[in-house]
Amino acid sequence: MVGIIDYGVGNLFSLKSSFKEIGAEAFVSSDPQELAKADRLVLPGVGAFGNAVEKLRASGLDKFVVEQANSGKPLLGICLGMQMLFDDSFEYGHHEGLGLLRGSVVPMEGRLPSELKIPHIGWNALHKVNPNSKILSNVAEGQHVYFVHSFYVTGCEESLASTTEYGVSITASVEKDNIYGCQFHPEKSGQVGLNILREFVKERD
Amino acid sequence: MITKRIIPCLDVKNGRVVKGTNFQGLQDVNSPVELGRFYSENGADELVFYDITASSDGRKLFADILTEVASTIFIPLTVGGGINTLDDFERVLGCGADKVSVNSGAIRNPELVGMAAKKYGDQCVVLSADIKRVDGQFRVFAKGGREDTGMEALSWIKRCVDMGAGEVVVNSIDTDGVKQGFDIEMLEAVCNTVNVPVIASGGAGCQQDFVDLFKKIPTIDAGLAASVFHFGQVKIPDLKKTLFENNIPVRL
Repeated sequence: MVGIIDYGVGNLFSLKSSFKEIGAEAFVSSDPQELAKADRLVLPGVGAFGNAVEKLRASGLDKFVVEQANSGKPLLGICLGMQMLFDDSFEYGHHEGLGLLRGSVVPMEGRLPSELKIPHIGWNALHKVNPNSKILSNVAEGQHVYFVHSFYVTGCEESLASTTEYGVSITASVEKDNIYGCQFHPEKSGQVGLNILREFVKERD
Repeated sequence: MITKRIIPCLDVKNGRVVKGTNFQGLQDVNSPVELGRFYSENGADELVFYDITASSDGRKLFADILTEVASTIFIPLTVGGGINTLDDFERVLGCGADKVSVNSGAIRNPELVGMAAKKYGDQCVVLSADIKRVDGQFRVFAKGGREDTGMEALSWIKRCVDMGAGEVVVNSIDTDGVKQGFDIEMLEAVCNTVNVPVIASGGAGCQQDFVDLFKKIPTIDAGLAASVFHFGQVKIPDLKKTLFENNIPVRL
């Protein structure tokens, strides 16, 4: 059973439909007691980092997510949800993240060749950095997934699983022990994305 | 490298997909749910649904159908038509839309673009502009291309992007339905004006029209069309292959 963490940010409709499509039971909840019953958790998120982290803290879900992750429960962060797994973010100020993974979120602005558009919107190719990545085990080198973001994670060598090219090398997915993250949207990435979710829900030893 | 997107557009009225020529002479084509799934599984990079129903009954039917479509496709879904308020954004986002396209609603109340961008993020707000040449000027038209607003199009688009529109769909009324190719001159002018993704619409008749679009305007992001896809004159997997052979980056 997959628990999708609802903290009032973003649209969870597609995520829920995606798990249904791959035959995995999933529910959306903002209640830690309910979410604790799930075998694995998904932390979604769109919008601004500061606002999202604030909402997560206000609901007490920040501590819950950290506890659950530290107890070994598989956790998948998606888009902003992935960014929040890291130490901090420099999106409009400086905000602390959940600190589950080492790395910082930085703006694309000023770091990309000036002719490239920001946000990075569209389908881009995945390049595997960690050949043993579990959630990418059914994804071929160069397959496309759907991105929408203006900020990206740097300094995350320890967990880096795949990158994509957009003028510079952009962190596309991360993985460390039971913690997973996708900068792209697997729920919007056609069959490739559904394959990634399938791997996430697979039982492992 | 980011790929060029191919986007089928489905105009929905009373629960059915329709597409006219030059916005007139609507013709029933297919079921939105069937067509949506078909495109999603056959190479479309994104789908656009336009609600062209005027009545509230039609609007409710559209919401039901949208929910059904959104729960069966796993590519980005943009919804437009009848978006006049933040409540309208809420309504279609709640049915599973990823992005919301505004047109006449933004013309009536330009503040809508900024308010929506602030609430849902720039990536969620798509400005759709119907443009026609009038007295040597690109002019914005409202109400499905029927009414000349008198506004110059490039400054209107720039203003909306400055307020937070994250993408722009440019629909040339001059080339729409004519099937003689996209409006390269108009699209190039828009691409030179803003630095957000620009989606070309109006005029596609064959595969070569898409090749010309991406070759002539390297900064354009996507090509959108309706009837050439619905009637099978252009099959998206074949089109993607042709684009790839022409060194245009696409998702195969």
